[in-house]
Amino acid sequence: MNEQDVIVEVNDVSMMFRLYKEKVNDLKNFVIKKIKRELSYHEFYALKHISFQVRRGESFGMVGVNGSGKSTLLKIIAGVMKPTEGNVQIHGTVAPMIELGAGFDFDLTARENVFLNGAILGYDKHMLEEKFDEIIQFAELEKFVDVPIKNFSSGMITRLGFSIATIEKPDILIVDEILAVGDFRFQEKCEERINSMLDSGTTLLLVSHNMDQVKRLCKNGILLSHGENLVCGPMEEVCEQYENL
Amino acid sequence: MNIAGLKRYMPLLKELIRRDVKIKYRRSFLGFLWSVLNPLGTMVILTIVFSTVFRQSIENFSVYLMCGQLIFNFFNEATSMSMSSIVGNAGLITKVYVPKYFFPISRVCSSFVNLLTSFVALVIVIVVTRTPVSWTVIFAIFPVLYVLLFSIGIGMVLSAVTVSFRDMMHLYGVVVTALMYLTPIFYPMDMLKNADVSYARYAYAIVSANPITKYVQMLRCTVLDQQIPSIQDHLDCLLPCVIALVLGAVVFKKLQDKFILRL
Repeated sequence: MNEQDVIVEVNDVSMMFRLYKEKVNDLKNFVIKKIKRELSYHEFYALKHISFQVRRGESFGMVGVNGSGKSTLLKIIAGVMKPTEGNVQIHGTVAPMIELGAGFDFDLTARENVFLNGAILGYDKHMLEEKFDEIIQFAELEKFVDVPIKNFSSGMITRLGFSIATIEKPDILIVDEILAVGDFRFQEKCEERINSMLDSGTTLLLVSHNMDQVKRLCKNGILLSHGENLVCGPMEEVCEQYENL
Repeated sequence: MNIAGLKRYMPLLKELIRRDVKIKYRRSFLGFLWSVLNPLGTMVILTIVFSTVFRQSIENFSVYLMCGQLIFNFFNEATSMSMSSIVGNAGLITKVYVPKYFFPISRVCSSFVNLLTSFVALVIVIVVTRTPVSWTVIFAIFPVLYVLLFSIGIGMVLSAVTVSFRDMMHLYGVVVTALMYLTPIFYPMDMLKNADVSYARYAYAIVSANPITKYVQMLRCTVLDQQIPSIQDHLDCLLPCVIALVLGAVVFKKLQDKFILRL
């Protein structure tokens, strides 16, 4: 395997959270507890020594039961969190779709949110202006461009979020179960767009509980259980293991 | 944070400032006019209340008051808003990677837009009271810039500390009130200097050491006294800016990776 081909490199990543018995958020209680030495917590490892590599153009699935650490892993890859141990190397631009429409301001209109959210994702303003009509068209919101999005339905917000996030072809697309929302027709549309991105060389990291979808979209994958790497390899094998879990 | 990353996210800073400015007066009839009307209204009330008390010692009380009020209100608004900026944007910070220091800075900058608008109120008062001004008024740009830098530094410290200690939000209100009385907004500095009571000496020392006092005085120096601030004045003003900015950068950098665990 060519070194150049590796686009996401996860090296021995562990993530530890301190679980305090009670959350101490204010100074008074903190001082009291500190003096009394009552600040007890136990260390919880959400991820334990995870390592894998994803090659350019590959689609990689992550499966596991709730609480197995999938979303934590995605957040670390997206740069939202820093791992306690280990590191992640990314060679390219990332479009994170961990939650669609994160960063939408509900008092602003759809038009204003396109530019705000686009800026959050690091998109160029001229590009957004050029592709503005395309974004709105894909989200099917032509009639509601200048309506504050607090009046939108959840489906409309999701469509707008997906449309903005996928307007530019990123090197790496991170998708966390978002395809489960929206109606059947829009889900097909999303998958179509993701497929066309894959055809043009985008790398996909997908978290999903929908086994059919994962098998359809991903070639390789990883199965997580309690933060540990159970299997990592071809998706068929990974899914088989998961179903026997 | 590298330069390439900064360049990539620069439009975000602009968008965040634009959002704050837009949201502030959305759905109010007078909109942006409030940035002018608000300081004017407060000025009128304070002038009525205090001008009889300080009539002898301060000539042109309205302009004197307005200078102090603009600078202090900006500092208050900017730091209070940036204090809640990280906590308030938790939904975004936990989902997408963005340079986190943009949040306090954008809040300070949107307050700064507000301050620039409020200067119209100062111009109105100067015109109405027929206060003579000279070209030295151009130098008013300096205290305004200094207070901007100072507020960015303080805002960054507050926003980072508030994530772990939410008490800050309640405590800071008291601090600001104390700070207001320790800034010569509506009283003359001489009042403390010449007072007979013994503790006035300490009060004078504290008020003189207050950085905001320095910014207010420099603004008055250019507008009311028609003088150019000396190099010494500039240095006195710059020092707290540098300290606040360095402190802000250090504290923020140290705490920012922990934000996500505490939001």
